[in-house]
Amino acid sequence: MPYVWDFSAVTRNWTVLLSGLGGTIVLSLAGIAVGILIGAGLAAMRLSGLRVLRWPATAWIEFFRNTPPLVHFFWFFYGLPMAFGITLSSFGAALAALGIQSSAFFAEVFRGGIVSVERGQWEAGRALGMSRARLFRRIILPQAARRMAAPFVERCFELVKTTTLAAALAHHELLYAAMVVVTETYRPLEVYTVVALLFLTVLFAASQVSEWLEARGRAMQGR
Amino acid sequence: MTSPEPVVLSATAITKRFGTVDVLKGVDLTVRKGERIAILGSSGSGKSTLLRCLNLLERPTGGTIALDGRTIGRPDGKGCQRYDERELDRVRTRVGMVFQQFNLFPHMRVIENVMEAPRGVLGKSKAEAQAIAERQLAAVGLAEKATAWPAQLSGGQQQRVAIARALAMDPEVLLLDEPTSSLDPELVGEVLAAIRALSDEGRTMLIVTHELGFAFHFATRVLFLHDGKVLEEGPPEQVLKAPREERTRRFIERFTERRF
Ligand SMILES: Nc1ncnc2c1ncn2[C@@H]1O[C@H](COP(=O)(O)OP(=O)(O)O)[C@@H](O)[C@H]1O
Ligand SMILES: [Mg+2]
Repeated sequence: MPYVWDFSAVTRNWTVLLSGLGGTIVLSLAGIAVGILIGAGLAAMRLSGLRVLRWPATAWIEFFRNTPPLVHFFWFFYGLPMAFGITLSSFGAALAALGIQSSAFFAEVFRGGIVSVERGQWEAGRALGMSRARLFRRIILPQAARRMAAPFVERCFELVKTTTLAAALAHHELLYAAMVVVTETYRPLEVYTVVALLFLTVLFAASQVSEWLEARGRAMQGR
Repeated sequence: MTSPEPVVLSATAITKRFGTVDVLKGVDLTVRKGERIAILGSSGSGKSTLLRCLNLLERPTGGTIALDGRTIGRPDGKGCQRYDERELDRVRTRVGMVFQQFNLFPHMRVIENVMEAPRGVLGKSKAEAQAIAERQLAAVGLAEKATAWPAQLSGGQQQRVAIARALAMDPEVLLLDEPTSSLDPELVGEVLAAIRALSDEGRTMLIVTHELGFAFHFATRVLFLHDGKVLEEGPPEQVLKAPREERTRRFIERFTERRF
């Protein structure tokens, strides 16, 4: 018997799924914000001339890049209360896991962008008597930012998709909302297809915006 | 006889070592106001390193640099100089540099490239910095390119912007490291002309160049660097036409197809 698609499971539970999508977006934006903040600090540490700063940053980055994200989610949700008596809400644990894990990736994006700026740019600035801080802010960072844009957007997309792991902590985001709907309707194919389409729509729209921004940036430099 | 011009920049017993390689092996150099010194020497003889030591882009391993009679840095008690970053920033505002690769800031328009340091380092107002930049761009014949992006310019035009950018700081000494070496041959002339124009205003300059013809007419003094030492120096007529040293002669012979 051929499968008969029936999307009424989705249409009847629209509000549940939409509020789940809202949860996904909030968690994503918060995770990106935390990731950027910690990642910038890590990148600065890795670029510093001091080994006592470089070494811990490198260790942190390697640890979180090379361990599975779901482990981080469980660690913050179940591990922290046991080890340190710190209890986080499902949102708090998911945010901590996402933010800290992505900080490792963002740090590498930032560092990569900065070291990709040619040595001659530093030298030209220094030869004009610019202080290091000013040189970094006015000359290096704007050029690095432009080169970071593409890998940065890619990392953000990865993070958005990783938020689905928060479902494992019963956090109300899109995937968890879908699981709830599926339990009630037993229509996994329709519901998860719609979940996929919602992710696709959001991320595709975001990628169009970022491509447009990048093109505008290039046009502004006459190339 | 007129009294000699004051000494602007001097280097005393400059040595520079990279790892285990001694690149400069004791260079003494006195630059007087208004002098135009051409530095010659084969590749790897330490010409760039010497220029970079003169504006402390590279910290000398030994020896001292003095600007306007004031020694930069202070002795560390072990025979070397200690330098303070802020002091070096100040020194570099007084010693300009033009690079072989131009090194314009690609994210800034031409005029912003020239305004950046007068505004951000010397603290000039926007109007002042703009006036300075417009004057310097006009001096190198690029007034009409003020709002262009560096990527839209030819190599020769980019290098002239780089010259304008350095001059916008009104440096006491301008260092030029092979300013025409990465240019297509047909673009060399316009850059050399811009540099020649600076001699009319009495600008003190040190230029590393392989353009012997240009050096002959432009320089007040020629310095031949070999193996990290000044092997020979003197007026262009002497060093280029009647070199005392065998190595200098052989170096110049390699350029005999160039007439001057
Ligand atoms: N930052 C550096 N680290 C190591 N070696 C260097 C560095 N800069 C220059 N050198 C070496 O010093 C020597 C002289 O270099 P340079 O001053 O650039 O010569 P030139 O400008 O006369 O061609 C070369 O052998 C070069 O490899
Ligand atoms: Mg060189």
